[in-house]
Amino acid sequence: MSEIVISTADLRKEFTVSTRVGLLRRARRTVPAVAGVDLTVARGEMLGYIGPNGAGKSTTLKMLTGVLTPSSGEVTVCGFRPVAQRTRLARQIGVVFGQRSQLWWDLPLAESFRLLRYIYRVPAADHAARLAECRRLLDLDAFLDTPVRQLSLGQRMRGEITAALLHSPEVLFLDEPTIGLDVVSKQAVRAFLADLGSRGDTTLVLTTHDLADIEKLCRRLVVIDHGRVVHDGTLPELHARYDSRRRVVVDLDTPWAGRTGVPGAVVEAVEADGHRVTFGLSGGTAGELVAALARDGALRDVAVLEPDIEDVVARLYAEPAGDDRVASR
Amino acid sequence: MGTAWALAGAGFRRYSTYRQATVAGAFTNTVFGFLRCYVILAVAATAGGMAAGYRGSQLVTYVWIGQGLLAVVQIWGWTDLADRIRTGDVQSDLLRPLHPVASYLATDLGRAGHAALTRFVVPTAVGALCFDMYAPHTLLSYPAFLASTLVAVVVSFGVRYLVNLTAFWLLDIRGVITLWQLGAGVLSGLYFPLAFLPGWAQGVLWLGTPFPAAFQAPIDILVERGSVGHRSLLLFDQLCWAALLIGACMLVQRRAERKLVVQGG
Ligand SMILES: Nc1ncnc2c1ncn2[C@@H]1O[C@H](COP(=O)(O)OP(=O)(O)OP(=O)(O)O)[C@@H](O)[C@H]1O
Ligand SMILES: [Mg+2]
Repeated sequence: MSEIVISTADLRKEFTVSTRVGLLRRARRTVPAVAGVDLTVARGEMLGYIGPNGAGKSTTLKMLTGVLTPSSGEVTVCGFRPVAQRTRLARQIGVVFGQRSQLWWDLPLAESFRLLRYIYRVPAADHAARLAECRRLLDLDAFLDTPVRQLSLGQRMRGEITAALLHSPEVLFLDEPTIGLDVVSKQAVRAFLADLGSRGDTTLVLTTHDLADIEKLCRRLVVIDHGRVVHDGTLPELHARYDSRRRVVVDLDTPWAGRTGVPGAVVEAVEADGHRVTFGLSGGTAGELVAALARDGALRDVAVLEPDIEDVVARLYAEPAGDDRVASR
Repeated sequence: MGTAWALAGAGFRRYSTYRQATVAGAFTNTVFGFLRCYVILAVAATAGGMAAGYRGSQLVTYVWIGQGLLAVVQIWGWTDLADRIRTGDVQSDLLRPLHPVASYLATDLGRAGHAALTRFVVPTAVGALCFDMYAPHTLLSYPAFLASTLVAVVVSFGVRYLVNLTAFWLLDIRGVITLWQLGAGVLSGLYFPLAFLPGWAQGVLWLGTPFPAAFQAPIDILVERGSVGHRSLLLFDQLCWAALLIGACMLVQRRAERKLVVQGG
């Protein structure tokens, strides 16, 4: 078992909101934003933390980074209590909140990076080496001298990620780092994070609504809904839980006759007058199925579709919330 | 220390990117300097050239140095922190390995440095060219003025920071700001020298409020009003207020962080 860098036990946060009822009366109501999260993350893990809007993701991240006091429960990050030891923890973590900027709005990007070296007291050589690497991998050179307020969202986001990494944090928290980015910027950010994760010494906690981020980056997936963890495991485990299947779509020269003899291959759709058939695989392999079809002759084309992450996550979100749900793992 | 310098440098450069605002500000302060100067000289003339222990040239200095100091101590109009609290951007400040009060103070000193080189210099030079300004008789008054101004910036920062911190509770602090600006203008000695007031009122203001320490003190030290002992007391009053306010900032900051909520998802 490798070293644990993040652990929470029954972590909770309730917000009190007061709403107006009538002219002068106000009613106070508590909103449970995080309702008992137990989480253990080991060094070097890349964790996808997902859930529908309002599930409590950002609230959890705020508590993990020490900017929000939990209502109850235990939290330890890098051996620190986040709120009580916030400034010491700050040296060990890097944070990117997609909708916020940690850069100096009026100053050129390069100037922000220079300041961060002093703030985190990073040795000049380390700082220069890390910055050079980020400049190369994230293509920063073109806008390094531009004031932050004049950067496009994608440019700024690359700057934010660099800023979060210059002090070599042990844990990197990313709250929707790819929000609003175009395809190219998204790919650049993902490739960069994948590279970072593959080295194994930085722990990554990522929230996103773009499930492709998760597919590309995170082996482990924690799904929360209404403040509760409803799944904690790998993506294949999630697919298994919802019985999501791989699909094989075949194009035939002669219309589909109606049998394969391969157990576990279920016909899901027959289209184009029987020339195109979609099978769902719940056992058996695509190879067996294709071989069986080829024996019958007339197989023109084959496509194998992996189970869709969007589908399975949508099914998970759609389930009614309740205490009876069991998280796997 | 390197960190403080770097932050002060950032504060300095941030303001140096707004050249037009600097020019406009210096121009406005200078225009109002003329108005205030003519008014106060007219008042002094009716009193036989001398008013509340100030001679005519001292009053001229009081006005013009005051017009310059206005931007340096920045008694008015600083809502950076309150804005960041309201939008939730304050989160980034809390995620630094620094005490927020220390980093905001360092940045503010950089801002004051920029104002000293631009917005202080212009009205002072114009005043010296157009009027007969009082120059200190003892050399020591210059470094004493410098020190007093530095402490005045800290005092003013302390009050501004506290006012801004109320945003954690109120979110919208326009009401508080209006009240503070109204009070600061009258009570700091900006509209008229506090020595114009009866003795008991002066005592209440100097001991009971931080406003004179943020403005009147450095001016009285430069124009050498009262004895050396009196002026040392002013500096002492300033130092006490600075310490008290920074302590209060830290305390309130802690309370705000523990009890309250950083806005926004
Ligand atoms: N400052 C606050 N005051 C009151 N309620 C809040 C506050 N911040 C968040 N909440 C509530 O807590 C819940 C969780 O919010 P949170 O921002 O953690 O969601 P999220 O999972 O990050 O959602 P999204 O995907 O939309 O970013 C929501 O119901 C939200 O309304
Ligand atoms: Mg969020």
